[in-house]
Amino acid sequence: MKSLAELQAIKNRMKDKVVLRDGMEGVRVVVGMATCGIAAGARPVLNAFVEGVNKENLESKVSVTQTGCIGICQYEPVVEVFEAGKEKVTYVKMNPEKAQEVIEKHLKGGQVVSDYTIGAVTA
Amino acid sequence: MIRSQVLICGGTGCTSSGSQQIQEAFEVELEKNELQDEIKLVRTGCFGLCELGPVVIVYPDGTFYSRVTVEDVTEIVSEHLLKGRRVERLVYDDHGKAKADQKYVVCNADEGDPGAFMDRSVLEGDPHSVIEAMAICGYACGCTKGYVYVRAEYPIAVKRLGIAIEQAREYGLLGKNIFDSGFDFDLEIRLGAGAFVCGEETALMTSIEGNRGEPRPRPPFPAVKGLFGKPTVENNVETFANIPQIILRGAEWFASMGTEKSKGTKVFALGGKINHTGLVEIPMGTTLEHIVYDIGGGIPNGKKFKAAQTGGPSGGCIPASLIDTEVDYDNLTAIGCMMGSGGLIVMDEDTCMVDMAKFFLEFTVDESCGKCTPCRVGTKRLLELLDKITEGKGTMEDLDRIEDLCNYIKTNSLCGLGQTAPNPVLATLKFFREEYVAHVKDKKCPAGVCKDLLTFTIDPDKCIGCGLCARNCPVDAIAKTDYVAPRHKRPSYRIDSEKCIKCGACMSNCKFKAISKQ
Repeated sequence: MKSLAELQAIKNRMKDKVVLRDGMEGVRVVVGMATCGIAAGARPVLNAFVEGVNKENLESKVSVTQTGCIGICQYEPVVEVFEAGKEKVTYVKMNPEKAQEVIEKHLKGGQVVSDYTIGAVTA
Repeated sequence: MIRSQVLICGGTGCTSSGSQQIQEAFEVELEKNELQDEIKLVRTGCFGLCELGPVVIVYPDGTFYSRVTVEDVTEIVSEHLLKGRRVERLVYDDHGKAKADQKYVVCNADEGDPGAFMDRSVLEGDPHSVIEAMAICGYACGCTKGYVYVRAEYPIAVKRLGIAIEQAREYGLLGKNIFDSGFDFDLEIRLGAGAFVCGEETALMTSIEGNRGEPRPRPPFPAVKGLFGKPTVENNVETFANIPQIILRGAEWFASMGTEKSKGTKVFALGGKINHTGLVEIPMGTTLEHIVYDIGGGIPNGKKFKAAQTGGPSGGCIPASLIDTEVDYDNLTAIGCMMGSGGLIVMDEDTCMVDMAKFFLEFTVDESCGKCTPCRVGTKRLLELLDKITEGKGTMEDLDRIEDLCNYIKTNSLCGLGQTAPNPVLATLKFFREEYVAHVKDKKCPAGVCKDLLTFTIDPDKCIGCGLCARNCPVDAIAKTDYVAPRHKRPSYRIDSEKCIKCGACMSNCKFKAISKQ
């Protein structure tokens, strides 16, 4: 490999062999699962979302994933909800009960539970 | 006619590594080839590079041969002096490139500063960025092997990095002949066993080699003689994590952020007396005020900002008067601070600066590896002087002695740990000298932290005589008096300062704010 053109050729040749991550459409629920999040109890929250989404048969519409540290360790467990074309919603200091409410009202009903968002807590 | 001179070093260093025998071998070889009238042998004084001796220099081209052996002489004569081709394998190269058969990339993830966790978040959240950058670095420098040195106290980071490396191997992003490009690169994780000094580059490499993690003198620098004695490039997690983004978006993009001399962004771990504890990534040159009040959400309970400690036990503090400082490498160095890895601990008015300096010094005393005396003994003695001051036994001369000792440790220690260990003390002495003086002269701790200088007193006119303080006192230092305040029914209480251990339990239990400390 000596030139950019060669690198480009390798890229094109190998592109298909590396499976790219999909499932970026629909609603994405992202739970902060770094050390700070786990210490604050993010694991039960993640489980609550996974189970809740399965129970309500929302799998086709909603994907639940983990991420690293979001930066606001003080407010962990943090859950972010991404939806195409809409502003990101950040829920802070979550627990399984609050997760249940978010599934019910936000993921099913499309209504942001503004009591639990970062704006409500820090304001 | 003489067409070429061969200079052979005759200094003590090269003579003891055998330059005399080399000269004799040259004489024999030149005679054999009948070159003695064309080539002149010159025995010179010391070249100064004794480490690379025996040194031989051939003029007129000035080729600098290092570590020449008697066996090499035949080759130099037949190849260089007869045919005019330099013997490349013997030519000294600045970075040891020509001679290295193996080079290494090392990622320093031994993040040990108290209160700093930037690297952990990267390794937990996006270990792929580090792996990609190390492979790029390996390609650029010609290394085929890399090590990530992570502290064992980061179990989740270690686990996720391990998974990411495994995945990269499966995809063919690591290993032999990556994507048929002919480039080999592989990574291994090495766990740190909990020594702070292993974050120092040479100690880290010694630890990877399997030895006790102690630093070694530089030069030779790691780029010349690093891991396993081979040229090594070592960088921090955050540095590596920036690389893929810079390559994808271009150097101009990265340089568009930050200040004149410090480009890009920096991650800080915000901690201490601040509302939004956590991580922040900001462009270089953001003011401390913006970080503390806007991003960090200010100080809890409406307290006043006193200072911010940057760079953990190696750094200094920025006092409130300099809160408009634009945070970048040069500005922090200019005020006697250092950015370090990026820990940023905020302190409010309840923090005693002497106590704070003592805290960091206790840490370095614990973590000093003990190899060099200035750090091993010096920091211990420095801590004893600070202890003396917080106990109210210090003198003004002690302050001068502290300064002298700090400067001595700074200039004489072997590695970064010792060279920076006195920084918290020097910075607090510079910006908060009046607090030290208050401890020494008035025997008072202005922030009310240093226990030996505190007295707790009950205001008899505010005390209603409930006795809650006496019940909570662990040493029975509080007793009832005969005095009954005009408005109250029961007699007030009094603290016996002889018995008092200054735990503060009485003060936190008093519902009527009748107890004060000073």
